[in-house]
Amino acid sequence: MDKESGFKRYLKLDLLPTPWCPGCGNGIVLKTICQAFDELDLPKDGTVVISGIGCAGRSAGFFNLDSVHTAHGRAIPVAEGIKYANDALHVVVVSGDGDLLGIGANHLLHAIRRKTNITVVCYANEIYAMTGGQASPITPHNTKTLTTPDGNPDYPTDVQFLFKHHNGYFARTSAYHLNHMKKCITESLEFNGFSFVEVRTMCIVNYGRRLGYKNSNEMLMHYKELYKINDYAEELAQDEIGIIKSSS
Amino acid sequence: MSTTFIEGSIAVAKTVGVCRPQVISAYPITPQTHIVEHLSELVANGELKCEYVNVESEHSAASVVLGASATGARTYTATTSQGFLLMIEVLFNIAGMRLPIVMTCVNRAVSAPINIWNDQQDSLTARDSGWIQLYAEDNQEASDMHLQAFKIAENKDIMLPVMVCMDGFILTHSFDPIELITQEQADKFLSPFTPQYYLTPKNPLSFGTMVGPDGYMETRYFIEKTMQVSLQVISDVAADFHNQFGRFQGGLIDTYKVEDASLVLVAMGSIIGTIKDIVDELRAKGQKIGVLKVRSYRPFPKDEIYKALSHVREIAVVEKAVSLGYGGILANEIKSVFYGKPKTPKINGYILGLGGRDITIDTIHQVIKDSVNVLSEEKFIGLNEALIKR
Repeated sequence: MDKESGFKRYLKLDLLPTPWCPGCGNGIVLKTICQAFDELDLPKDGTVVISGIGCAGRSAGFFNLDSVHTAHGRAIPVAEGIKYANDALHVVVVSGDGDLLGIGANHLLHAIRRKTNITVVCYANEIYAMTGGQASPITPHNTKTLTTPDGNPDYPTDVQFLFKHHNGYFARTSAYHLNHMKKCITESLEFNGFSFVEVRTMCIVNYGRRLGYKNSNEMLMHYKELYKINDYAEELAQDEIGIIKSSS
Repeated sequence: MSTTFIEGSIAVAKTVGVCRPQVISAYPITPQTHIVEHLSELVANGELKCEYVNVESEHSAASVVLGASATGARTYTATTSQGFLLMIEVLFNIAGMRLPIVMTCVNRAVSAPINIWNDQQDSLTARDSGWIQLYAEDNQEASDMHLQAFKIAENKDIMLPVMVCMDGFILTHSFDPIELITQEQADKFLSPFTPQYYLTPKNPLSFGTMVGPDGYMETRYFIEKTMQVSLQVISDVAADFHNQFGRFQGGLIDTYKVEDASLVLVAMGSIIGTIKDIVDELRAKGQKIGVLKVRSYRPFPKDEIYKALSHVREIAVVEKAVSLGYGGILANEIKSVFYGKPKTPKINGYILGLGGRDITIDTIHQVIKDSVNVLSEEKFIGLNEALIKR
């Protein structure tokens, strides 16, 4: 009966606008997740969203679904607890790269290993944005941020190989590639096992503008020019988005 | 001496910088970020010769400085709230290994529900960790305290970590005219760190090794004994600082118009400034009122507090934290000061300002009004009645 409102039924429309800055890509991802929910007609009383801390972490509260806002990095084990307690639920983690690949990376490693049947959507903006723009685990080498004013001495992590090794579902997509993003999220929700969708999305205010981007659209156009789609590949190159082939 | 109009966080970072730390590790968390961002800048532009390590969590940040300190390096980290709680396991390790690390705990409320604003629940939760805890009233004191902290921590009779606690946003993000400490002044006050024991292949040592029931208890006994020794060292270092810089913000405690007071408010941190204004206002109207600042919370200076307050008839303890199931943390410790003493004043405890709720002049007036009237159970002041009755 709430079919008539489409993807909007999954959002608390009265809470909009979101707290995200003008030009932020998070809203695009939030909408696309809801569109994927709608495409699969996920039941509102059978779907739960869990998020960690950070800009992306604010997503959970905007879903018109049961949700938990966990401590920093702990979204995945909390989601696993929910799934193990009630296997009938669709359990979706929505959080950022700092949360999932930094402070919570240990949990990611072991959830892949346990093959827990949950879906993770990672808003990958390459920065700790909520705290003002400090280097994250996927900030590129040599990039200047507030905690790497001389350029990042470290190298970004790439977790696709972990999924490859454990037959999990991994996809990389971007905020520019809307149809591809929706396809990846829909597939990941249907996947029977642990699935992870890394969505490259832009933070103009606490990242892009310091790198010389004039506006958010320039970052979006950068994704358009940089990324080539390579679905069901053995491995994704740095300039590729796509889905990693999995045998399970 | 000249002053610079500067943000509290940047003043703290500059003071830490002139203390010449050799390894800094931190993870970003609001409202600590400006401190560590500025330190990373000092390192990047060559003003500070130091390894600055960006890590994946506060647990790792504390572990990095633990390792670095064990090799004999002077180390520093900073965090707040949830990050502080994540560090706690390592904080106990650091104290147990007697490593003189200095950290800033920017005071912020703890989750859930998540709240980024100021109270002092985070650091008070780790009061039993073996860290010396100092609380700053204003940004000048917060800045100065870090130089003192290294000197206290590295004293060969102490060798315990020191935590400087400063109220998030209220201090960290406010601008004040600050007398900054120059490199030359810092070098005169603080000698290079020369640990008696540290990791070196020439003289192999183990830190934190398994100890059974035969030896563990003594490690706690020694830390407790050292805490008692540190009471004198904290006072001495504050006096040394006074001598060199001409600034004195208190040793273990500080008092304001307490000598002839019949009512004294007791508190920690930035709220002291608000209370001082009210003390002046009420003094002008003839009310004998004063304020006592607890500057060193661990070690807890029972004797100094008793000496300062033994003549007082009424005490009101105001605090921005609560031991759920027990009441005010500081209030109960102040009560314990008078245990077994000939005369016990009326002591009331007030919990206020949790999660950043404003503490206005009116809030403190409510405390004073209530305190003068009755001997009460601990009370929450400034509750939103509409939310409670809902």
